[in-house]
Amino acid sequence: MTMPLMKPRRKNPVLRTRQINLPPWARGRVALGMTAAAAEGRFELQVCKDCDAVQYPPREACRRCLSPRLQWRTQSGEGTLLGTTTLHHSNDPFFRERLPWRLGLVQLAAGPSVMVHLHGEVGDAPAPVRVGARLDRAGQAVLIGFPAEGSEHMADDKMLREMTSDPKFRKALVTDGKTAVGQAVVQALVKAGAEIVWVGHAEPWKKLPGLADITAMPQVTLVPLDLTNGRSVTELAGEIGGKVDIVINNAEVHRTFGIAARRGMDVAKAEMDINYFGLLRLAQEFAPALKARSADGVAHAAAWVNLLSIYALSNYPPHGTFSASKAAAHSLAQCLRAEMRPAGIRVINLFPGPIDDEWNQNLPPPKVAPAAIAAAIVKALRDGIEDVYPGDVAQEWLERWRDNPKVLERELAAAGG
Amino acid sequence: MQTTNTDLLSGLVSALATGRIRVVDLTQTLTPDFPQIALPPELGQCWPFRIEEVSHYDERGPGWYWNNFSCGEHTGTHFDAPIHWISGRDLPNNAVDTIPVQHFVAPACVIDCSQQVKSDPDYLLTIADIEGFEAAHGRIPARAWVLMRTDWSKRLDPEAYQNFDETGQHTPGPSSEAVRFLVEQRDVLGFGSEAIGTDAGQGYHLRPPYPCHYFMHGAGRYGLQCLSNLDLLPPTGAVLICPPLKIQKGSGSPLRVLALVEQRA
Repeated sequence: MTMPLMKPRRKNPVLRTRQINLPPWARGRVALGMTAAAAEGRFELQVCKDCDAVQYPPREACRRCLSPRLQWRTQSGEGTLLGTTTLHHSNDPFFRERLPWRLGLVQLAAGPSVMVHLHGEVGDAPAPVRVGARLDRAGQAVLIGFPAEGSEHMADDKMLREMTSDPKFRKALVTDGKTAVGQAVVQALVKAGAEIVWVGHAEPWKKLPGLADITAMPQVTLVPLDLTNGRSVTELAGEIGGKVDIVINNAEVHRTFGIAARRGMDVAKAEMDINYFGLLRLAQEFAPALKARSADGVAHAAAWVNLLSIYALSNYPPHGTFSASKAAAHSLAQCLRAEMRPAGIRVINLFPGPIDDEWNQNLPPPKVAPAAIAAAIVKALRDGIEDVYPGDVAQEWLERWRDNPKVLERELAAAGG
Repeated sequence: MQTTNTDLLSGLVSALATGRIRVVDLTQTLTPDFPQIALPPELGQCWPFRIEEVSHYDERGPGWYWNNFSCGEHTGTHFDAPIHWISGRDLPNNAVDTIPVQHFVAPACVIDCSQQVKSDPDYLLTIADIEGFEAAHGRIPARAWVLMRTDWSKRLDPEAYQNFDETGQHTPGPSSEAVRFLVEQRDVLGFGSEAIGTDAGQGYHLRPPYPCHYFMHGAGRYGLQCLSNLDLLPPTGAVLICPPLKIQKGSGSPLRVLALVEQRA
């Protein structure tokens, strides 16, 4: 049984805010394959294409037959705990600050034995465990031994919370509360136990439905925020930047034009101004504040979420300028991730397929419901996932893009501009 | 003649120096927080005012402070040229760069509708209002500005200033009949308002839609909107100085609107 996390006490303002130390993060190129899978929430190990051996740790060649033909394959993680150790001493600054720390040796049903961080609900060996891969605070894959069946509050486990960005007791900023997605995200964050949700409200004179429903919740406060207006971003960062633990940037402009279908630059500029420059303005103002508080108690600053689009991977010509702006945002989000990494702040990118909103009115289903986007964000925060592709369209495009980006480009071109 | 002109101008200069003629600023401050006209989102939009620092005595420019700004031709307190509207598209000298500059200095009549607007934000200026004004203050001279005072500029909260509900914007403006009367019977230079446009918030539903834009610009007349401080002007006698930026083929421009007001002894 994990004891439910209690609401953290207010911090003592005369004490220095603790700074982050990262766990060891150096990995070889081969080992990054495990990180790439964990970034999407999967536990993958190398499997030999010639002799089917499953191996860990990752290597250049098969440990059994020396074949270089290795493939990363998803693992169920079923295994047996062989033994446990509790560290009471460490020379590594990250672990030193978090002692005691429990480790275990697990024999996977697939073959290899692996060292894992142990969830508190896993008892003494021998015991059945499920091994999963998570990104640690350094953004690298580590293995975790979960109980075969977890209890209600298992997410509150001290070790697990180090790997995730659970919204519980955290304070979040959602940058646009006017859209259906924004409102669904706010609802989901409150349901997930967020303590405060600040909700950006640009051009307050434009009355859009749904705002009253979210502002009725005591956790929710509307704040003036217009990502096209640098001064507005600066001002809000000055007011609440030092308290925000999770930034969810859902503000976007989406119009449905290619190059020829819309004369002039105004729509393309508006898209870039919010989708790309808006992220840049937000990051310049809020990222330093988050980085400074990434070890500030159990509800420390933890994550930054970007609502991108599956069109960021490959241009969808009927929504061509939107696709370009999201590709730019994707590139910038990678830069942000690199800059946030030393502080242990997770940058989560969402690549949804078409969202079921007014700008996709004429697109046939399947379309992603705003509530599904919100659920995907909360899940990513809880599970420590970095890249999320919500919806059937996104999943299918991702598969085709991975298979052959050039073929996908040609297929999308058939949709016309 | 030369001497007379000089005398007139030195009279003006000394009246300005002694305060006998006051200069009143009728302009809203250009700030990113000031709202811009809102059209349905599928249409092209006027840019709001945006400003970004170039340097601030820092590593980007150690000894100087300056900004880049962007906005539309119709952002903030601004001037509407006849070319702005389809009814004025083919008129001669219909853009801000070709309008005769004498038109940028002209007398103004201020019709006070602030009481009516208090109880009705959709208030439309009527011919009766104009006739009532003339009964009290004399006939509106040809080639004068007519400014509709509503005290709308005192709504400092952008939400109250824009005053939208689910049926759109609710701000005062002139009726279709009043605009025609001002153009055809009084030969005015233009119409000025305190709200976001010269037409009322519900002006799209009048006949024709946006009558002030349609008739004023169709007759080569001008518009001023987002004015402030109209309550500091006398009903007659003020002189407006309102030159827009000289934008080639510009349909309008943000501008500083000043009024010269003579202090009566």
